[in-house]
Amino acid sequence: MRVNVTVNGEQRQADDVWEGESLLYVLRERLGLPGSKNACEQGECGSCTVYLDDVPVCSCLVAAGQAQDREVRTVEGLAEGDALDPVQEAFVEAGAVQCGFCTPGLVVAAHDLVNRVPDPSDPEIREALAGNLCRCTGYEKILDAVRLAARKKSAQQKSAR
Amino acid sequence: MDFLRPETLAEALALKSERPDAVPIAGGTDVMVELNFDHRRPAALLDLTRIPELREHSSENGVVRIGSGVPYVRIIDELGGALPALAMASRTVGSPQIRNRGTVGGNLGAASPAGDTHPVLLVAGATVEAASARGVRFIPATEFYLGVKRNALEPDELITAIHVPATRAPQQFSKVGTRNAMVIAVCSFAVALHPGENRVGAAVGSAAPTPRRATEAEEFLSGELTATGQWESPKPLLDSVKRRFGELVAQAASPIDDVRGSAAYRKHALSVLARRTLGWAWQDYTGKAA
Ligand SMILES: Cc1cc2nc3c(=O)[nH]c(=O)nc-3n(C[C@H](O)[C@H](O)[C@H](O)COP(=O)(O)OP(=O)(O)OC[C@H]3O[C@@H](n4cnc5c(N)ncnc54)[C@H](O)[C@@H]3O)c2cc1C
Ligand code: FES
Ligand code: FES
Repeated sequence: MRVNVTVNGEQRQADDVWEGESLLYVLRERLGLPGSKNACEQGECGSCTVYLDDVPVCSCLVAAGQAQDREVRTVEGLAEGDALDPVQEAFVEAGAVQCGFCTPGLVVAAHDLVNRVPDPSDPEIREALAGNLCRCTGYEKILDAVRLAARKKSAQQKSAR
Repeated sequence: MDFLRPETLAEALALKSERPDAVPIAGGTDVMVELNFDHRRPAALLDLTRIPELREHSSENGVVRIGSGVPYVRIIDELGGALPALAMASRTVGSPQIRNRGTVGGNLGAASPAGDTHPVLLVAGATVEAASARGVRFIPATEFYLGVKRNALEPDELITAIHVPATRAPQQFSKVGTRNAMVIAVCSFAVALHPGENRVGAAVGSAAPTPRRATEAEEFLSGELTATGQWESPKPLLDSVKRRFGELVAQAASPIDDVRGSAAYRKHALSVLARRTLGWAWQDYTGKAA
């Protein structure tokens, strides 16, 4: 089947999609967007997290056909041109990336949190990231990154005002 | 495989009666795992996410009607006041990503003995609204679960909504697992006080082929509270009453040994969950009545 979906603001079309295929597969294998990672294909690891109509979801658990006419935003769609999003900057600056496999999913989950909650508490951060596994960092630097991202975000919003 | 994409409920019901072999897909958090791992190859998928009627909830005469496609995150955010135990159970499901997609309709459709909403629906007196091209019927939650992953739906039916009485009385839900997030219950328990009816509801999950009520525990405690006039003037519960309640809850279960836990552990954990949750609910009731 054919699937039409807006990805990172662009109208995209995928052909020969199998009806039981996941949105993750379509993004990676048919639309050339390998940012979202495929690790578990069962919703456990969060490395495939994308926004679907502004809501973070595991793209491995969305049927491709369910994304028809919807809006998807992947990790590739967070930066503006060459300027990284504050959340991405924070991950770099805090050293929250080791092998990097979990990073795209964590960045999307953290992006959602700092955009919803201006000054998240540690329990709120842990809760928001509970669906994302990292095998390398031990999470401490990731928590640092999210705290830093929240500060960057509120500074950005203040200067915009 | 066909991908069927109805835009209205009427269209979905017509498709389901033409194609009873089509597998409904809502949040996909159960269905997609089965597809990704090739555990299931249905002839067709019937996508329910485009049907606006299934994504609404409303309240009438003290009963909340939750469209089968309302995701957990909205139950937590929008219905926590009226349906405390359902919101508690919803908070424990998976992770934020899973709660953003997963639905009570999907939990009921999957009918896993470990589904977190089931004990709550049993104690809260919920009714499942099932529809087909032939009409609508209402199935009490107590008659919905037929066996491991088997429910009372006919092949041409879809779950359209769940009706749950709103309450101000205390309710609790608790589950045991290895960590707070992303845990399939080793066992779970829900309790609801129904002061208007001088009755307590109690039900276990993940501890029998189906979620089930702990009827003897319910009768024991309801009888005890009524006989001692505690609905009108609640006093702290005797330890012996809590303990007996826990024992009767454990007796209601017929768990198995599996990778998540042994049968003996499950029974023990259930008696502890029952005691604790009853303690919390009763404390809440005592505070409210005082
Ligand atoms: C990582 C992960 C963690 C999880 N954690 C939990 C947990 O903690 N607790 C828990 O209870 N569950 C958990 N689950 C299981 C799952 O998320 C829930 O069962 C959820 O409620 C399913 O809802 P859904 O909308 O995604 O269902 P879907 O996958 O879309 O459907 C599930 C089943 O119900 C049927 N169905 C769906 N909607 C309807 C309808 N309207 N009418 C008739 N049939 C219908 C489908 O055909 C299918 O058989 C988890 C799953 C994953 C992947
Ligand atoms: S690949 Fe989707 S959650 Fe792991
Ligand atoms: S950095 Fe390697 S999994 Fe997180």
